[in-house]
Amino acid sequence: MATQVAVQGQVAQRTRASAGLWSDAWSRLRKNKLALLGLILVIALLLLAIIGPFITPYSFSAQDLAGVRANRNQPLDPLQTAHILGTDQLGRDLLSRLMDGARISVSVAFVVQLVILAIGVPIGALAGWFGGRLDNLLMRFTDIVYAFPDLLFIIILTVAFRETFVGQAMDGLLLVFVAIGVTSWVTVARLVRGQLLSLKETEFVEAARAIGVSDRKIVTKHLLPNGIGPIIVAVTLGIPGAILAESVLAYIGIGVQPPRASWGSLIAEGQKWIRSEEHLVLFPAIAIALALISFTFLGDGLRDALDPKLKGKQ
Amino acid sequence: MPEAGTAPTAGQPDLIQVDDLKVHFPIRSGIFQTEVGTVKAVDGITFEVRRGETLGLVGESGCGKSTTGRAMIRLREPTAGTVTFDGIQLGTLKSEELRKMRRRMQIIFQDPYGSLDPRMTVGSIIAEPIETHRLASGSAKKERIADLLRIVGLDPNYVSRYPHEFSGGQRQRIGVARALAVEPEFIVCDEPISALDVSIQAQVLNLLTDLREQLGLTYLFIAHDLSVVKHISDRVAVMYLGKIVEIGPPDIMYANPAHPYTRALLSAVPVPDPVMERKRKRVILTGDVPSPVNPPEGCRFHTRCWLYERLGKPEQCRTIDPPVRMLQGDHGAACHFAEQAMQSDVGVSHIEMSPVRRGTPDAALAAIRPELAGAMSESATVDVSETVIGGPPTGGPSDADLVDGSDGSGRDDLPDPPATNAN
Amino acid sequence: MAAVDDTMTEADAPTIIEVSPDDARRVQTPTEPNAQDGRKSDKLLKVRGLSTHFFTPDGVVQAVDDVSFELGYGETLGLVGESGCGKSVTALSIARLVPDPPGRIVSGEIEFDGIDVLKLDSDEMRHLRGKEIGFIFQDPLTSLNPTLTIGYQIAESIRQHMGLSRDAARDRVAELLGKVGIPRAKDRLNDYPHQFSGGMRQRVMIAIALSCDPKLILADEPTTALDVTIQAQILELIQRLSDEFHTAVLLITHDLGIAAGMCDRVNVMYAGRIVETGTVDELFESPRMPYAWGLLDSLPRLDDIRGDRLRTIEGLPPLLIQPPDACRFEPRCRFARDKCREDEPDLTPRAEPGHLARCWATEPGGWIP
Repeated sequence: MATQVAVQGQVAQRTRASAGLWSDAWSRLRKNKLALLGLILVIALLLLAIIGPFITPYSFSAQDLAGVRANRNQPLDPLQTAHILGTDQLGRDLLSRLMDGARISVSVAFVVQLVILAIGVPIGALAGWFGGRLDNLLMRFTDIVYAFPDLLFIIILTVAFRETFVGQAMDGLLLVFVAIGVTSWVTVARLVRGQLLSLKETEFVEAARAIGVSDRKIVTKHLLPNGIGPIIVAVTLGIPGAILAESVLAYIGIGVQPPRASWGSLIAEGQKWIRSEEHLVLFPAIAIALALISFTFLGDGLRDALDPKLKGKQ
Repeated sequence: MPEAGTAPTAGQPDLIQVDDLKVHFPIRSGIFQTEVGTVKAVDGITFEVRRGETLGLVGESGCGKSTTGRAMIRLREPTAGTVTFDGIQLGTLKSEELRKMRRRMQIIFQDPYGSLDPRMTVGSIIAEPIETHRLASGSAKKERIADLLRIVGLDPNYVSRYPHEFSGGQRQRIGVARALAVEPEFIVCDEPISALDVSIQAQVLNLLTDLREQLGLTYLFIAHDLSVVKHISDRVAVMYLGKIVEIGPPDIMYANPAHPYTRALLSAVPVPDPVMERKRKRVILTGDVPSPVNPPEGCRFHTRCWLYERLGKPEQCRTIDPPVRMLQGDHGAACHFAEQAMQSDVGVSHIEMSPVRRGTPDAALAAIRPELAGAMSESATVDVSETVIGGPPTGGPSDADLVDGSDGSGRDDLPDPPATNAN
Repeated sequence: MAAVDDTMTEADAPTIIEVSPDDARRVQTPTEPNAQDGRKSDKLLKVRGLSTHFFTPDGVVQAVDDVSFELGYGETLGLVGESGCGKSVTALSIARLVPDPPGRIVSGEIEFDGIDVLKLDSDEMRHLRGKEIGFIFQDPLTSLNPTLTIGYQIAESIRQHMGLSRDAARDRVAELLGKVGIPRAKDRLNDYPHQFSGGMRQRVMIAIALSCDPKLILADEPTTALDVTIQAQILELIQRLSDEFHTAVLLITHDLGIAAGMCDRVNVMYAGRIVETGTVDELFESPRMPYAWGLLDSLPRLDDIRGDRLRTIEGLPPLLIQPPDACRFEPRCRFARDKCREDEPDLTPRAEPGHLARCWATEPGGWIP
């Protein structure tokens, strides 16, 4: 109800110490326990990806053949030997492979979003800022991209370029990044366009124009700082999708090439043993679920924290 | 301390000349964005703003008053017609020339919440025009910002605060400071007080009046409230559906409006006096304002006009769009039957009936300042001194919270006007 | 856009209402002896010691604090004040519509037509709101459901509260819409809210408010979103219909002009409290509270001379978290003395009966005669 908001607005206006909107958002985020949990998990995942290779008990490709042979050529179970989470049937340590998989998932998370931003922001910004015919053209183009069946497109793309230089780069990951990015920038482009369209009409942008501020400065000083909140949220909430997409691709055998394995390909491999050695599926699945949940919690929390409607602005 | 632009030039009284200005917005629809119609927001208006005067522009929402104000400083591109600012046709300026011209004309917005960038501090908001036009840098810039804040009655220590920490009235003051930063000659005030509470409205209105006197500013004051416009304007123009229907000095115009619409507007204004409210005779216009996409033929007001009804629906109202006719001196109206309108008693009866201002009784003033007792009701100048003595001094700059009197008038802080723009 | 325009042309048909001096206002005595039917109390509404607080993370906001007033049958009472003074929260409290959390009525009594409102369960309360109390809010668009036709929305409450059949309800809706001045009412029953203009939507809201013959209409800034000429139409309509149906109106407004034209009595609110109350004539003729003086001083008037400075009220209203035990207007009051800072004055009688003010200075024996 308007009254209530007004009352609270009045309070917010007068009692909060001088603070920027960013620190304001941070104080709101801090109060959101789920978001905080998500943030902690995300940071843990990041740390794992960065320092993982230095602390893994084994190399992801090292085989404990002796151990496996002693186990009648069966994967080792968790906690049975020095391998805490057990091994696969080639004697490779599951924990080490999961930790290496974390690197892949984190790089998917961030590189794919970078690709998305690199395509989506310029297209959305051009459409939103110039409007008219260009807007119409770009938006119809995004409609077409949106209408493509994503997975099919990615599969075709990766299969087609698998043998090229791009297909081989970064153990085959680069191609996956680009393929996922190329199909998922549409949301960001639309968001940026929408943000720009509405911000362009605000009185503070009009005021900047009346002052004679150049277009470039209006975009960098007014539009981007004000429009960035929802974009951050969209990017954060897009990460689980990218991780999942990579896992799905890996599961069907596209993407990272052996002996490296992402969480998705770990599940694909472990699937063969699911009746006797369920840990080979269970732990990668838990890892994927945790990553997805943590980014989703964080994204939701960011949305609430950055949502301008909750601001003390009446 | 800003200096007003150039001193008034004798012999060239008009600062701005608006000629047959039209601003139309296309309505597009369908996937090919074909044009399916135009909103004729401003549809052929001609008037001038004289140097040093305040021209009030009134009308209901959608009548085109805000668009007119924006087109006058070329924040909107006119569809047709010209705006001439001090002899320079704004429409012909290249973008760099226009940017330079922006130093001479500014705008103050209606919405104190939307007109300040929420991600910028007050200091950087006011610094923006100074930096854009390279007016000052370093410590000179800081000093200038502090000066501007003092001029609009705010504490200079507020520079590092964000807009959301201020009340509506204070934000409006920040907007005024930003506009003054480039030392403009002309300011479009686009409903600057409509979004504020009554007591805060008066504070901002006083600030604008003071600044005008001290800096020799010329205003276009846009409002929907006839009493506010009367209070501040030298001349008033009334708009209806993209056209000016009446223009003139408020004393003459309000006492005897020549356009039926003006009369209806005046009669619709609620007056804070129950006795008068009971006695006054009002015309209540039925229906809504027609759409500016498809305005009525002939006189645009005839579909709601009471005079048209009274006169037995004369044909020329339906067929001929009346131009503004000068009736007497500066007073003009766009009505075929302006003379008949002026003879009616609709909408004006309250003017002569309300000679007194109620409010603080003399007895109360006598209680705090006995020597003022008799003088209060006499002249405006006493009001000024009254504000100064009223209440505790409104300095309190270092007060941590914003509840102090800093939203009050900043009279004590106002420096003397430079000699060049004494008038 | 186009749909609105087409339908509006009919409404534009120039039938001019001219209000002559005599019938411009209802008679001053609000309680007429011939309308005694169905009364269960001497006053329609009695509010005693109402306090509504909002429990926010920053503290308890005492939005309405110890407010008492009465409203007679058929009377129009104005609640006047600036934003945040508690006038809307007072109205919401009466209808028990205060959003909870964070708001809560912490103390007080509200007696509506002899019924203790605060003791009703939620079903009874819903019935009271639908049947006995009508609402008109500032923004009609948000109070109407955009997915339902106007006819359905009005008929809904009529059938629920008055037990009419579908056809009878439909007839009554058409009649109501005609009464509130919607042209071709019968044809418009199947239109959706967006097909009406702002003024027309407010008429629809009024029709809904009146649909069950309520005893009280709560009108919260009913014309603030409208243009002057449309405002005049709506005010005239509210006044005419409340007369016709003999409905009491609690009119919440920040516009003193509207209060002067519409109300029989006016309560001025400041910082969660009523600071002055009296008949409309008393209050505008001889207000006895510096805040009311300041409000009247702040208004530019049609008789102003260009360049006049307005006498303003300096500063801002106080925070309503832990307000001090002193006059709440004192920090902005130029007539304040030590006493005002030490103790909060009560709402005490002034010269005319029914005229009360909360001010040490204008009390008998105070320093302002």
